[in-house]
Amino acid sequence: MTSAAQPTEVIGQEPPFVSARAIILPSIVAVMFLLFWDGAVRLSGSQLFPKPLDVLWGLVELAQKGLLIKYVVASLFRVTWGFTLAVIVGIPFGLLMGSNKLVQEAFNPLIQGFRPISPIAWIPVSILWFGVSDAAPVFLIFLASVFPITVSTAAAVKSVQSVYLRAADNFGLTKFQLFSRVIFPASLPQIVTGLRIGLGIAWLVVVAAEMIAVNSGLGYLIIDARNAGKRYDLVVAGMVLIGVIGWLLDLLMRQVERFQTVKWAYGTLHD
Amino acid sequence: MIEPPAQNLPTERTGPAAVLVRDVWMDFPVKQGSQAVPVLERINVEIQRGEFVCVVGPSGCGKTTLLNIIAGFLNASRGEVQVEGEPVHGPDPRRIVIFQEGSVFPWLTVSANVGFALSRKTAAERNQIVQHYIDMVGLTGFESAYLRQLSGGMRQRVEIARALAANPEVLYMDEPFGALDYFTRFKMRADLVRIWQQEKKTILFVTHDIDEAIQLADRVVVLSSRPSTIRLILSVSLPRPRDLNSRDYLDTRDRILHALGMSLQNGIPPDAGD
Repeated sequence: MTSAAQPTEVIGQEPPFVSARAIILPSIVAVMFLLFWDGAVRLSGSQLFPKPLDVLWGLVELAQKGLLIKYVVASLFRVTWGFTLAVIVGIPFGLLMGSNKLVQEAFNPLIQGFRPISPIAWIPVSILWFGVSDAAPVFLIFLASVFPITVSTAAAVKSVQSVYLRAADNFGLTKFQLFSRVIFPASLPQIVTGLRIGLGIAWLVVVAAEMIAVNSGLGYLIIDARNAGKRYDLVVAGMVLIGVIGWLLDLLMRQVERFQTVKWAYGTLHD
Repeated sequence: MIEPPAQNLPTERTGPAAVLVRDVWMDFPVKQGSQAVPVLERINVEIQRGEFVCVVGPSGCGKTTLLNIIAGFLNASRGEVQVEGEPVHGPDPRRIVIFQEGSVFPWLTVSANVGFALSRKTAAERNQIVQHYIDMVGLTGFESAYLRQLSGGMRQRVEIARALAANPEVLYMDEPFGALDYFTRFKMRADLVRIWQQEKKTILFVTHDIDEAIQLADRVVVLSSRPSTIRLILSVSLPRPRDLNSRDYLDTRDRILHALGMSLQNGIPPDAGD
């Protein structure tokens, strides 16, 4: 019988996925974009809009003043708090909604009604409640990410294959074991996807919140650079930072998707 | 041609039957309010301890429904199922189902799957049992592999090992090899017979493959197409390993085909199958 189990039967080993092409091709596109940007600004003769090198010097200036680290940390701090609160509330509530029809029926309409309200629309209310403080953007980030996390967790629980539940039932699991040993691990991949979406939205929202509700962070940097002397080199530098950090956050979440405990559900890796 | 159900094998009759299916009927309501569809009618089967019984019938005839009723996942419309003299009210770890679609947990390694039902044992005991059954089903060396790294046949081996590790008295198998290729299926059957002989479990095995049933079973229960009734219960007394070219083997197959109103000469009548 051991002949049926030769190591050659093992399938699903991924080849190393970073090829030279995967680096060269996007680099060419990026360089072309920068050249186009530079040329367009020169042609238009704009005094305000920065060329790519101006933005680079802007970043250097921010770093020298100590603002770069300070503002990045401020934004990340708010996202961390708001997102963590959303995880703490969203996952348990999603699990409850997904596994209990009554809770689902009772709360779903309310959630679906709140969900389309842009977190930006909450800014005046959050300033009313929390004033100009860190609590306001944390609250907005919480609001922005709690809905996708809750909804995708509930959907994950509902889509657990019934054959797993029947097998668990057959092995005589208690209600708690069924949850901790089957329903939760079976839902985890889709929950992680919900977290990734939630974090992406949180990063979008922190910038908007900081433009209005506080005096630090990358959103504040952008609006402040514009208001105090039309420093568009710093405006675009702030945008570049937002883009790069958002990208890094997403890459971080994708690393979570590579863990064996969730990887099984994603099929081939979608990097 | 409907034969009266054969008598049970004269194996050791020290107590009640391992599994007793008594006058089970099943209707399925397709939609609420609409006419119920009869699926099973008057099913009577008695399985002795340690016996290997196959249920064969055309696709869609209600074999899986019958298995789900026997395993306690479904309630029969009428009749009852007893295990060791006790009526069945639900699934029980003493009777493990091996599912057609595969229920091995993809978020766990082979070892963790096989040890799934052993959380009450000490780590040392658990490891020993897990290794024993991994070796038995031929997955030695794949202890830390995940489902996605295994072939279809290997996945069903994990499923079997996990069931055996729970030390059930009865295994219910629902077309466990249905999705496998010919060669793998062939090998799995031989291995299953060997495991059954080692472990002395009672096995109820559902399949639509008549050859598979004759290769495996002590007795074959032949179901008609829906609404299913028992057409024939046939003892297969061929010695194991079974010679698939022997006269007796071919005769047995002919009798089953005949009971289903089919023959190898005339093919399948239009109402057979699903």
